[in-house]
Amino acid sequence: MKAFSYDRAGSVNEALQLAARPDAKFIAGGTNLLDLMKLGIEAPVHLVDINRLGLDTIEPTAEGGLRIGALVRNADLAADMRIRRDYAVLARALVSGASGQLRNKATTAGNLLQRTRCPYFYNTDMPCNKRRPGSGCAAIGGLSHNLGVLGISDACIATHPSDMAVALRVLDATVEIAGARGAARTVPMADFHRLPGETPHLETALREGEMIVAVTLPPPMGGTQIYRKVRERASYAFATVSVALVAREGRIERVAFGGLAPKPWRVDANGSAGEVADAALAGARPTPDNGYKLDLARRTLAAALADAVRLEAGR
Amino acid sequence: MIGDGINRTEGPRKVAGQVPYSAERRDAGDPLHGFVRGAAIGSGRITEIDTTAAEAAPGVRLVLTHRNAPPQGDLADLGGLHDAKPELVDDRIVRYGQPVALVVADSFEQARAAAMLIEVSYDREPADFDFFAHAGGGEVQDVSAVGDFEQAFAEAPVSIDATYTTPYHFGHPMEPNAAIADWRDGHLTVYLTAQMLNQLLDGLALTLMLDKADITIDSAYVGGGFGSKIGLHCEAVLASLATRILERPVKLAMTRRQMFSLVGHRAASQSRIRLGATADGRLTALGHDAHVQTTIRDDWREPVANVARALYAAPNRLTRRSHVELDVGAPEPVRGPGELPGLMVFESAVDELAEKLGMDPVELRLRNDTQIDPEKNRPLNGRRLADCLREGAERFGWDDRPIVPASRRDGDWLIGYGVASSIRSHWQMATDVRVRIDPAGLVTVQSDMTDLGTGTYTIMAQVAASALNVPVEQVQVELGRTDHPKGWGSGGSWGSGNMSVATDRACSAVREKVFAAAGKGFNDIFAEVRRHFPNGVEAIGHTIGANDDPNYKAYSQFTYGASFAEVGVDAYTGEVRLRRMLGVFSFGRVLNAKTARSQLLGGMIWGVSAALHEGGDVDPRYGHWVNGDLAEYLIPTHADIPAIDAIVLDDFDEHANHMGVKGIGELGAGGTGGSVANAVYNATGVRVRDFPITLGRLLPGLIARG
Repeated sequence: MKAFSYDRAGSVNEALQLAARPDAKFIAGGTNLLDLMKLGIEAPVHLVDINRLGLDTIEPTAEGGLRIGALVRNADLAADMRIRRDYAVLARALVSGASGQLRNKATTAGNLLQRTRCPYFYNTDMPCNKRRPGSGCAAIGGLSHNLGVLGISDACIATHPSDMAVALRVLDATVEIAGARGAARTVPMADFHRLPGETPHLETALREGEMIVAVTLPPPMGGTQIYRKVRERASYAFATVSVALVAREGRIERVAFGGLAPKPWRVDANGSAGEVADAALAGARPTPDNGYKLDLARRTLAAALADAVRLEAGR
Repeated sequence: MIGDGINRTEGPRKVAGQVPYSAERRDAGDPLHGFVRGAAIGSGRITEIDTTAAEAAPGVRLVLTHRNAPPQGDLADLGGLHDAKPELVDDRIVRYGQPVALVVADSFEQARAAAMLIEVSYDREPADFDFFAHAGGGEVQDVSAVGDFEQAFAEAPVSIDATYTTPYHFGHPMEPNAAIADWRDGHLTVYLTAQMLNQLLDGLALTLMLDKADITIDSAYVGGGFGSKIGLHCEAVLASLATRILERPVKLAMTRRQMFSLVGHRAASQSRIRLGATADGRLTALGHDAHVQTTIRDDWREPVANVARALYAAPNRLTRRSHVELDVGAPEPVRGPGELPGLMVFESAVDELAEKLGMDPVELRLRNDTQIDPEKNRPLNGRRLADCLREGAERFGWDDRPIVPASRRDGDWLIGYGVASSIRSHWQMATDVRVRIDPAGLVTVQSDMTDLGTGTYTIMAQVAASALNVPVEQVQVELGRTDHPKGWGSGGSWGSGNMSVATDRACSAVREKVFAAAGKGFNDIFAEVRRHFPNGVEAIGHTIGANDDPNYKAYSQFTYGASFAEVGVDAYTGEVRLRRMLGVFSFGRVLNAKTARSQLLGGMIWGVSAALHEGGDVDPRYGHWVNGDLAEYLIPTHADIPAIDAIVLDDFDEHANHMGVKGIGELGAGGTGGSVANAVYNATGVRVRDFPITLGRLLPGLIARG
């Protein structure tokens, strides 16, 4: 690990100023960044600790939604009664991720900004266009059973690992961003994560020197909300395929997939689970290792819809 | 006393954090910290290595590469686990992650940071990393043939011929491999987390070109082994080289990721299993052709096909092995070498045969049971496989099994039951134990044996306390030093047998000395010792090696078990979840009911892991371990293991040794994986012959729902 400076910011403005230095990074829960630093994948020169900025409350919005502070811990967000009641898909997605210990540390903003778990990204001996732009992608032509099938490019086939983000995408959340000199803007979840194209190292809409201050949920949309995560063991693994579903009266209203793409994969389609899956998977480019994900995505959507029907029947 | 499920004697100190593991030892004071830089390629040569920046980095005391490493003993041709293992010898790279430099610094972080600053250029050479591209072939070795297998198989009324694969496995004990080496006054002490001390001492002395008398290995507490601490690895060698140069204690602890390439692995395997039977389920032909990975330099060949040699009767038999030499590093023993993968695939094949015969898989196994070793024609002492199967079937409710695959549902779950047999060689190795009684009222048991966390300290105390008729609290067991009486450590499931025999004999010898001095019988041995031996009294007890033991000529020594599993498979997604599992085992006498049960349960969990989770993937282009960390190399989590149970048919195997004891360490894993795989088939009607059974392998056969 390279030596780095460490500063604890007392306000958003101070944090933004400290982060304006070259090679500075924010640290909140540190559940992803510290691992990456130990492995030499991230090597910030300056670390700016933002844990004392507040930004850790969940407040109602004038529109009837909720504004989730950037530093609200995943465990707290999942346990919030309003989230559990009105945004069940988000609570369910959160508790399906990581472990209790990690969820206690990990923050809302940090969860959105976590890096891919592509094993070739994690091995600094391998070429990787995310780690070293232009070096190539070792995952293409390599072992890729858990890598992406949608939204990928010839430069990168990594997926985004977050469960939370898939739920936020299906709920049409927006990301509130603060920039230098008090500039603020919002970015819909739809546009927050970028597709790799030829620049897989550019992963989000966040610009240099900006920080996430909140994530806002629109007013509750109701319906029956399901998060179904499939993986190779019962716990503590990233999704092979996941489905965030809002259903009403046994019909799919909104759906987004995780585990398939570099971002939560929302599909706006109507019809049966099969028809919606067809629409979602159109244009998929599986490798010889991960073609099963297409079948699994269809099956998981069907399973999620069956769960929803059961829940509705039980009400 | 013997057999009681008492708590581990060192347990309270362990949970209170008072027991230091090797990397935490401070006997030699605060150590310097080493970090290994591993090769970034799988095969080739180092063309340039620039250590300038690393040497100038803060806190750095030493940078060793092949250019300045001290001379070491020569790498043996086809070396074993305990031959010389020189490091940083030349510019040649033979496996990914091979050490190319050692950095020693004041702190771990400084050493790691400096190691990353070393610039290494390589010349890649063509290499072969892909086991699964080699379908069999190679020289056939370790052939055991009885009768005319080929003809019997061709003529068998019912037969199956199926090919299975198992992946690379890693030991990955809780405590990573680590050493602190301390060179002072011409003597080297290595605090090493290890399984077999005397044998490691051989390898280390050969490597360092030191006299064995000039080295002490201390491995008082070990946090698990699973084979990963049997062989000599770079942490011991490089820390020793560095302490001799720096004359300061040097610690070298592997990171979890490094353990994938700095410690060996279980070889991947391919097995073709052919079974022929009469219509009423009597095996007439039993064949297992195994093919395994090794390297050009190593002599370890995973004995995958050997498990079938004494498992079932059949007049015509052929078991053999071939291998392919790849550039992926050395295979080594990993939990149940041979048995874990071998039984998983062989017992899957037996299940396939049972289905073809339309027979209950338990009944098929019972019908082919034997009390005589079918290849060596001598009794299988203590063989209670049939009892294990019957007892297990009764307790598990096997009669209620879904007879037709994919016929039982519980909501969205497809329910399946599976069974498999287990068999494990029982070995015996030459072992000495010293027992001493001090007048103050203390019994000391001393050996170079190690306790991997499984309860060796405790069972040795129980054996000595029983033999001397004293309370367990008055027995102090001292293990894990090479200056203690020597044995063969922990491995091969032989520890409890070797140790209990030698400890009991040492106690008998001490009692005889006390009896001779007292001239009469006595109740309180401490009183007699105080009276007649003011300086204490001691004796050595000995266990002879299997090769010298008539029991091993007259009998074929094994332990036995049967595993029963129930799984649910999600009918939508193909997710497999274990619902319950029972193991029934027979291994002679139980020394401690609690530690034995824990060890068996742990083994059973490894069986689940092998069936459903574990597998190391090598990139066929680069030769590195792709899933080289515990986020990607999956083992079961708590949520994967429901309530499972292990039952022991307590016994006394008089033909094993005078204590009636046989080993249990690796028996729990045994065929457990096979029972899980068979349950998955029973649930789904889909037979996956490549392990582990992943979603990608199971789904194509699973009819889609919804």
